[in-house]
Amino acid sequence: MAASETYPDDLKYHKEHDWARIEGGEAVLGITWFAQDSLGELVHYEPPNEGDTISKDSAYGEVESVKAVSDVIAPLSGEVLEVNQKDGERRPVRGRLARADPVGRCRRGGVPSRRRRVQASRRRSLS
Amino acid sequence: MAQTLLRTPLHDRHVALGARMVPFAGWEMPVQYEGVIPEHKAVRSDCGVFDVSHMGEFEVEGPRATELLQATLSNDLEKIGPGRAQYTLLTNERGGIIDDLIVYRLDEFRYLLIVNAANREPDRRWLREREIPGSDVRDVSDEYALLAVQGPRAIERLGLPQAEQFTFAEGEIDGIHCLVNRTGYTGEDGCELLVMAEDAGELWDRVLVRGAVPCGLGARDTLRLEVCYPLHGNDITPETDAISAGLGWCCALDKEFSGAQELREIKALGPVRKLVPFVMEEKAIPRQGMAIEGGGEVTSGTHSPMLDKGIGLGYVMADAATPDSALTIDVRGRARRGRVVKRPIYHREEAD
Repeated sequence: MAASETYPDDLKYHKEHDWARIEGGEAVLGITWFAQDSLGELVHYEPPNEGDTISKDSAYGEVESVKAVSDVIAPLSGEVLEVNQKDGERRPVRGRLARADPVGRCRRGGVPSRRRRVQASRRRSLS
Repeated sequence: MAQTLLRTPLHDRHVALGARMVPFAGWEMPVQYEGVIPEHKAVRSDCGVFDVSHMGEFEVEGPRATELLQATLSNDLEKIGPGRAQYTLLTNERGGIIDDLIVYRLDEFRYLLIVNAANREPDRRWLREREIPGSDVRDVSDEYALLAVQGPRAIERLGLPQAEQFTFAEGEIDGIHCLVNRTGYTGEDGCELLVMAEDAGELWDRVLVRGAVPCGLGARDTLRLEVCYPLHGNDITPETDAISAGLGWCCALDKEFSGAQELREIKALGPVRKLVPFVMEEKAIPRQGMAIEGGGEVTSGTHSPMLDKGIGLGYVMADAATPDSALTIDVRGRARRGRVVKRPIYHREEAD
C-alpha cells in the first residue's frame, strides 16, 4: 500500500515531490513515494488532456486521497503526449502519471530532503 | 495564536502504533494508523476500535433535570426510561442546531450527555445559562475516556451479551469496569465504552488483544458518511435547522423546547433547501464547500471505500431533493455529475 521508499537515480526531481525521467526527446512524469505516502492511499487522479501544454512549476493535474487533494506540479515545460489514465477508466494510480514532450530540460534537482510534511501549499483541502 | 493541543489518555499508544496525529477540535487525534481504507473495511467486515475520548460528557442531575432537558433538547425524554439512550439536538431560539448528541437516561433524575468535542464549551454555556433550581449540570469530560468498538463482530469479540441498539448497561471487559453503550457512528453493530480515564490504557490494550483494528478519525468520517450520519460543523450548524437537515424525526414538535415554534413553521411551509445524500456518477470526489448547481452546496464529501466512488451530503433546493434527481457539482472548475440517493448511501446487501 505504502509506496516504497526510494529515489531512483534515473529520475530528475522537482522540489514539490514530482519527477521526470528523460527518455530521448520525451519525458515520463510522476510523483515521488514521499508525495504518495504523505497524501495517504490515492483514490483519484485528474489527468491533463493529451495535447495540453504544461509549464514548469505549474499544476498539470491533481491527485486525491480520501482526505486530501494535491496538485501535481510539472517539473518541466512541454506538451502532454499521453496520460496514464483515460477518461472513465479505472486503474490504480501509480507514480507514473504522464508522458510529455519537453521544451526545456529541468535542472537536476537532486534528491529532495525527507521533510516530515508536504509543503502546505500542496495541500488544498485536508479536513 | 498557537494553542496547546489536548491529548487523550491513549495518546502515547497511538504514537507507538504509528498513527498519524492531527489537530481536531483542539485535540491531537489519530487520523489513521494503517490507512483510512483498510481501517474502514475492518469496521465493515469485522471490528475496529476508535479513541473518541475527545468527546465531551455532561451529567445533568436533580429533581428538575428532566424539565431542564425537555426545554432544551429536541427529542422527547418521556420516550425513554432508565437504561435507554436517545439521539437528540440542542437547538437555539431560531431552531438552529447548537449540537447533536446522545442522551443516556441513568435513572429517573440523572442523565449523561455525550457531545461533540468542538461544542463542549458552547453546550456547557447554553445549558448552564438555563439551569433551574433543582437541576445541576456538571462537565465530567476529564474524568472519562471513550472507546467506540464497532463492526459486525464487535460484540462477540468483546464477549458481551447481545442487547438492543440505544440501550446501555454497566459491564466489564476483562475485569475493567465500564458503561457499555449500544450506540455508535458507523452504521455497524457495536458499542461505545465509557471508562474512567485511568483505566483507558488497559481497556484499549485488551480490546486490541481481542482483535479490534485501531481506527482513526479518517475512517470514522468515511464510515459515518456512507450511512449519512450528519457531522456537526459540516452538515448541521447553528445556522441550519433540523427540518431542512432531515432530522425532524428527532424533534418532538408537540412539546415546547428552544426553537420549537420556528421548526413548526419551517415544517408547515416546507424547507427551502434540504440536506440530501448523493453519489457521483463521474469519477470525482466531492469536497465540503463545493457549489452544487442551482443554489446548493456540498457539506461533506469523500471517496466511499465500499462503493469506490465519490459520495457526499449537501443542501439542494427542495424541488431538486427527491431521490434520483440529477445534480452537478463544481469540482474545482469542472462540472461533475451526481445523483441524489436515499439514505443510507451504503447498505451491506447492495455491495458486491
